[in-house]
Amino acid sequence: MSVKVNPDKCTACETCVTSCPFGAIELRDGKAFITESCTVCGSCVEACEFKAIERTGEEAVAAATDLSAFKGVWVFAEQHKGGIASVALELLGEGRKLADKRKTKLSAVFIGHAIKAKARELIAHGADLVYVVDDPALKDFNDDSYSAVLTTLATLHKPEIILAGATAIGRSFIPKVAAKLYAGLTADCTMLDIDPETGNLHQTRPAFGGNIMATIVSPNHRPQMATVRHKVMKKATPDASRQGEIIDVKFTTAGDMRTKVIKTVEELTETVNICEADIIVAGGRGMGSAKNFQLLEELAKTLGGAVGATRGAVDEGWIAYSHQVGQTGKTVCPKLYIAAGISGAIQHLAGMQSSDVIVAINKDPDAPIFSVATYGIVGDVNEVLPVMIKKFKELRG
Amino acid sequence: MNIIVLVKQVPDTSEVKINRETNTLIRDGVPSIINPFDRYAIEEALRLREQHGGKVTAVTMGPPQAAESLKEAVAMGVDDVVLISDRAFAGADTWATSYTLAMGIKKIGTFDLVIAGKQAIDGDTAQVGPETADMLGIPFVAYIRKIEKIEAGKMTVERMMDEGYDVVETSLPALITVVKEINEPRLPSLKGKMKAKSLKVATLNAKDIEADLNLLGLKGSPTKVVRIFPPTPRGQREILSGTIEQQVDLVAKKLKEQAMI
Ligand SMILES: Cc1cc2nc3c(=O)[nH]c(=O)nc-3n(C[C@H](O)[C@H](O)[C@H](O)COP(=O)(O)OP(=O)(O)OC[C@H]3O[C@@H](n4cnc5c(N)ncnc54)[C@H](O)[C@@H]3O)c2cc1C
Ligand SMILES: Nc1ncnc2c1ncn2[C@@H]1O[C@H](COP(=O)(O)O)[C@@H](O)[C@H]1O
Repeated sequence: MSVKVNPDKCTACETCVTSCPFGAIELRDGKAFITESCTVCGSCVEACEFKAIERTGEEAVAAATDLSAFKGVWVFAEQHKGGIASVALELLGEGRKLADKRKTKLSAVFIGHAIKAKARELIAHGADLVYVVDDPALKDFNDDSYSAVLTTLATLHKPEIILAGATAIGRSFIPKVAAKLYAGLTADCTMLDIDPETGNLHQTRPAFGGNIMATIVSPNHRPQMATVRHKVMKKATPDASRQGEIIDVKFTTAGDMRTKVIKTVEELTETVNICEADIIVAGGRGMGSAKNFQLLEELAKTLGGAVGATRGAVDEGWIAYSHQVGQTGKTVCPKLYIAAGISGAIQHLAGMQSSDVIVAINKDPDAPIFSVATYGIVGDVNEVLPVMIKKFKELRG
Repeated sequence: MNIIVLVKQVPDTSEVKINRETNTLIRDGVPSIINPFDRYAIEEALRLREQHGGKVTAVTMGPPQAAESLKEAVAMGVDDVVLISDRAFAGADTWATSYTLAMGIKKIGTFDLVIAGKQAIDGDTAQVGPETADMLGIPFVAYIRKIEKIEAGKMTVERMMDEGYDVVETSLPALITVVKEINEPRLPSLKGKMKAKSLKVATLNAKDIEADLNLLGLKGSPTKVVRIFPPTPRGQREILSGTIEQQVDLVAKKLKEQAMI
């Protein structure tokens, strides 16, 4: 596998020389020359305005066949303003199990700014090694810089597996890394298992709107990449005395960043991200009005939970889209999901049916939501919810 | 502005059922539709054309019958369509699909913007957008709910995030994926329908797009599906009875027992 310069197109502008994270390009005889240090990361291919550098796919296939060169399990440790996303800790819990089964190491890749102090937390949660890429230019999430960093590291160290959260960030840039590495990527896995002999990762995920489950393997390609939603995997109990290594990685800009974040706006009506909530109180069109949604908020507050909604309720304008649960909203997996005035359309079920306990309130005894409900209350939300709020308030003292 | 819209034909997943005996999908009688998210992509492209002029081309990779979806796109108002179709593409995963689309787009010619849906409802992977962008070597921004402005080779957009949104500026050409907040897709017009009826859909095959045959279809796909099975049904289910007070009391008691509250 190699990167080639087309001398007819090269103008010796040196853009590639500065864009190469490995210092692997020089000018020789007035043309760009790729030296032995090249890791075929492709940064120069993108940087070249004259399309004078190419990386051919055929060779990528050949390179991918030496599977034994790939070792270890990696987790992309997502953070927001320095706080580690809970999904990253959950993935370390799962990654630890996979690494132990395969008798290999678990590493975390930690990208951001002013985050180094937090790296120990990743070790406490199971990482043997943490690659910290800490740079002011990495403060905001950027598809170009994040994918360049992860691609470069993975090309250099050749992990067998890379796991990431199926968050807005993960789902945005992880596919770009997979595209570059010619790696198989499976989105939204709900179950992972490794074959200790071959290292093949068995990735199970729902498909066709949750109608079926599919198990997917990438037998001839490494790394094997997967994203996993919040709350699907379990965190390990942190152990502050765990030993691990922290490796500082210098960030070298791979040329110009083509996209930049101008500002970030938070717009959840409450502070809890519903993906991370242990308890969700969700409402549908059966709630009848925006005003009635306040009942849900009161119940959620009483229980220390968050408010979710169906697309029906969001379309009515009763609550913001960021609260929508389902195929085209968020997939949630709380301990308790209370569904009030929700019919239970397949697209909604796809987003919540793996909740531990589901309580459904609906006045129609034949509503499909009851087929997934642990406990079903047949009744009018206007009557049931006030009684529930009162009862739970009593219980909580 | 030259805009390419990526359109996928999908089975209407709300109509898909599973045969519990054979554990296979019952696809008979399941209608094929344009992936719902791709309608928002088409609509946004048409609106941009109305503002900035130019041309909208809808592109799909799929079997010959996917031409139906392209005709629907024409009925909505797109100027041109291209079907990328070849037996060699069968069984493509997101990597091989993206490679094929990227090669096809390069063949189609110059463009300022590629718009795709956030995800396709059959696979829900949301990977083809970013992977195609990467293979085209152009910037990518996901989950766009609003295009604020386009000027001087740059575009400013609002990107939905888990906790709200980001305002992002990107250089053009770029590839974006759109969410349903972005617009309300129009219905096909009568004139469009007439045009669609007589349309001969231009088709590109593997040779036309100068693709590396090793990278196509099942052969070029890193991922393989090894097993398909129905989701495990949820455990115990209980429909309660009694007065509302009694039912709520019972639920509260059960939740308390399980330390849920
Ligand atoms: C491609 C696609 C993607 C979709 N994605 C999503 C998604 O991500 N999330 C999602 O939620 N939906 C999604 N939908 C929409 C989905 O199909 C349903 O239309 C939607 O979930 C219905 O919302 P609902 O349950 O609030 O409303 P309805 O289906 O209208 O149900 C209201 C329910 O409330 C009950 N009710 C009415 N009044 C009362 C009362 N006073 N007390 C008690 N019960 C009452 C009724 O019996 C009924 O069961 C999608 C659809 C498509 C086609
Ligand atoms: N075969 C295809 N042909 C054209 N566009 C596609 C195809 N597959 C996926 N896309 C585009 O990529 C988006 C995301 O699809 P997916 O990654 O399959 O969830 C879709 O909304 C389409 O815009």
